[in-house]
Amino acid sequence: MAKSLAQEFTKGLWEEIPPFRLVLGLCPVLGVTTSMKNGIGMGLATTFVLICSNILVSLLKGIIPTKVRIACFIIIIATFVIVVEQVMQAYVYGLFIDLGMFIPLIVVNCIVLGRAEAFASKNNVIYSMADGLGIGIGFTLALAALGGLREIFGKGTLTVWGDMAYTLFPASYEPFNFMVQAPGAFVCLGLMLCIMNLFD
Amino acid sequence: MKEKIMMVVVLTMLSCLSGGVLASLEKNLKPNIENNKLKFVVGPAIKDLLTGTSNDPVTDRFKLTIDEKETNFFVGKVDGVPSMVAFELIGKGYGGNVGVLVGVNVKEKTIKGVRVTTHQETPGLGANAKDDPSFSAQFAGLELDKPVKVIPDGGGISAISGATITSRGVCTAVSMGLETYKQVEADIQKKLQEFE
Repeated sequence: MAKSLAQEFTKGLWEEIPPFRLVLGLCPVLGVTTSMKNGIGMGLATTFVLICSNILVSLLKGIIPTKVRIACFIIIIATFVIVVEQVMQAYVYGLFIDLGMFIPLIVVNCIVLGRAEAFASKNNVIYSMADGLGIGIGFTLALAALGGLREIFGKGTLTVWGDMAYTLFPASYEPFNFMVQAPGAFVCLGLMLCIMNLFD
Repeated sequence: MKEKIMMVVVLTMLSCLSGGVLASLEKNLKPNIENNKLKFVVGPAIKDLLTGTSNDPVTDRFKLTIDEKETNFFVGKVDGVPSMVAFELIGKGYGGNVGVLVGVNVKEKTIKGVRVTTHQETPGLGANAKDDPSFSAQFAGLELDKPVKVIPDGGGISAISGATITSRGVCTAVSMGLETYKQVEADIQKKLQEFE
């Protein structure tokens, strides 16, 4: 192992933070980040799927035949996605309605499949778990930041989770609607990428 | 050869395992999910329909199997006496299925009210069946024995202008609902006593 366990975890938070550095899984990134709450919800759902699928792929890497590995990964990932979907419907139905189609679409999220193929199928369970956790938290942070930014300027509010909602600007603030529309997401993502590159 | 067999074995095993896990999960979460769906999707319409009740109609409900189909009946209590039921049925509109919620006053044998829940009708025309309260208000207080029809068909409901098909669809759904209600009235009365 070239890297330590801690390094495998922290690389997901900055060095390889998914939407910005890997530039993968952009469909949900652009689609759901109209508010911070949606970003966090989507991030957590993806994190759960990432960790579970990484663990299972890593455990089964000896048995899965190379030729059908992608099919096996998809079965594993799809199972966990449906678990997430059902649990969300049972306990956080409001969030489930907001995220809608994007939850089932985690199945084909490049990040999840990418980590299974590039990392979990080559490393042991503990490392795969750390990798999944790191990438997942990184993804959640990125979505929360992007969602927060868009929500603050697009609606003038900030909803963190459930009823934790704040109005940041006085009523006279004219919402910058462009930010909560799809093109606003592109512009926002681009600006954030640009700022991140300035730091390196 | 060995590799080919492995492929089949591994994929089959994984699929079976996945199916098993999901089936047990679904079984455990089903009541919760059903509750949530009712609360968030049909709930607001039921609350609006059964106004003046002292209980929560979404939690006080029972199921009856009619023509091999399970239908939810929501119970509304007035002064502690369960006197109203609401149930949802599907009618045909202009753009597709129209979900119609019918509330029946069991004691007075009249319609408590009608609400359109889900639809794919044209916005501004057929969609008014849901959005314009004056259309659904016409159903309130009608007697159960009289057929529910739009005026051109010989009934008393004035159709939404520009949306006769939708209005007719809603009326047909309500008539169907009343037929069903009469069919199982005895069962409903029996079930209602459990809520007293």
